[in-house]
Amino acid sequence: MTHISVTVDGTVYEDEVEPRLLLVHYLRDRLGLTGTPVGCDTSNCGACTVELDGMSVKSCTVLAVQADGGEVTTVQGLARDGAWTPLQRAFHERHALQCGYCTPGMIMAARDLLRENPHPTSGEVRQALEGNLCRCTGYQNIVRAVLAAAEETTGETAGQDSAAGDGASGRRTASGQEVTA
Amino acid sequence: MIPPAFDYVRPDTLEEAVRVLAEAGEEAKVLAGGQSLLPLLRLRLAFPELVVDVGRIPGLRGVREDGDTLVIGALTTHHDVVHDPLVRRYAGLLAQATETVADPAVRHRGTLGGSLAHADPAGDLPAVALALDAELVAVGPGGRRSVPAGEFFADYLQTALAPDELLVEVRVPEREGWGFRYEKFHRVSQSWAMVGVAALVRRADGRIAEARIGLTNMGPTPLRATAAEQALAGAADPGAVARAAGSAAEGTRPSRDASASPEYRAHLARVLTERAVLAAAGTG
Ligand SMILES: Cc1cc2nc3c(=O)[nH]c(=O)nc-3n(C[C@H](O)[C@H](O)[C@H](O)COP(=O)(O)OP(=O)(O)OC[C@H]3O[C@@H](n4cnc5c(N)ncnc54)[C@H](O)[C@@H]3O)c2cc1C
Ligand code: FES
Ligand code: FES
Repeated sequence: MTHISVTVDGTVYEDEVEPRLLLVHYLRDRLGLTGTPVGCDTSNCGACTVELDGMSVKSCTVLAVQADGGEVTTVQGLARDGAWTPLQRAFHERHALQCGYCTPGMIMAARDLLRENPHPTSGEVRQALEGNLCRCTGYQNIVRAVLAAAEETTGETAGQDSAAGDGASGRRTASGQEVTA
Repeated sequence: MIPPAFDYVRPDTLEEAVRVLAEAGEEAKVLAGGQSLLPLLRLRLAFPELVVDVGRIPGLRGVREDGDTLVIGALTTHHDVVHDPLVRRYAGLLAQATETVADPAVRHRGTLGGSLAHADPAGDLPAVALALDAELVAVGPGGRRSVPAGEFFADYLQTALAPDELLVEVRVPEREGWGFRYEKFHRVSQSWAMVGVAALVRRADGRIAEARIGLTNMGPTPLRATAAEQALAGAADPGAVARAAGSAAEGTRPSRDASASPEYRAHLARVLTERAVLAAAGTG
């Protein structure tokens, strides 16, 4: 077992983990953050995309021990006081999802794009989402939603909301106990 | 799937990493960005007893100049390579090819050193390292040594690195005034190359004076298209380039897999060489 300390959606967690534990399984199975799904076994689908230290990563292709000391933002950490970000709203309003399985990853990847490029063309949106597969929508409305979010806001608010989540901040163990150190 | 169990260490220094690797021998595996190793572990195609995470060793990330050589730390991520102003200025071919690797999330973690050490025949960067005439610097218990790219790639997924050696930097001679182009043929934008062609072209007096061409996925290792390079010297028009590109597959050993036959790969090598050289001749 290896000790890790990792901030997820604004809360610091201290845990003992097996080195082979994937970050996505840590988020889902230990922290109960099932908003981040697993869609493949080959690192291709992007459904598991989260932010690690400010950049999008496929959380199925990162070990939990590699996130030690790092800051993770999942799709569950985006809304503030229950209010969605412009990207989340745009996905909802533009019908950018059907089953919704790819949506957390799409939103996290799009957020990454808008941070680097606040005013992308539709071609740039497609390029930026090349690592995220959707089996339902045919992508059209996903691209429209990202463009709408970019238009609605400056890149700053679309892409750079900080990690604060709905839950109270503080240090917790996986079982939800606050710790002080 | 869940990877097989392994022990894990994260050395703080290069010396410590080399010592740990030397003690563990064949049972250890280096972990850099993890974008090739973790998929292998998840598919249970690798069973290391010890994973040595070199990801936080200081000094192995970033780009600097040493005289007229570009020095790229092995742990520099694909994302950083693509955006680095020195790389874009002196080794544009590397930035362009790296931008075709996988997708943004993978490029945030995957490293240049990892791509070269992994030596996948479909990997884009080994052929680029060959074309650029890069030197790969390794550190092991016996000290430091430099291996030319042409001697580094030994066989399918095999390199000149010993199990207790770490790749620490990639040294690329700076080339200004050379045109370049990486042409990659793949079925979807995040996927590996069916065939890739890395072309560097120097022009003089309206002709191609010199061409260097690296081939991706035309054999178990990356290859130079030597016959085409020779035929390109002196080429003055698109017809001459097309004729020279006709010999791009000479001496190659492309594989057969679900996506292409060897004959189709040879065809792609010729077509992509022509496209890459014409584009490179225009960007010089
Ligand atoms: C979905 C997906 C698509 C991809 N598509 C492409 C593509 O189109 N083109 C392409 O080129 N690549 C592609 N890749 C692979 C990607 O480029 C990897 O980043 C790269 O192959 C390995 O780099 P890494 O740092 O992640 O290495 P790791 O996965 O950490 O290591 C890979 C291997 O190299 C060894 N190693 C790593 N660093 C060192 C070092 N410094 N010294 C000694 N040994 C070392 C490791 O022991 C291991 O055997 C893709 C990967 C994924 C997940
Ligand atoms: S679950 Fe991570 S890429 Fe598919
Ligand atoms: S909405 Fe179903 S996979 Fe994208």
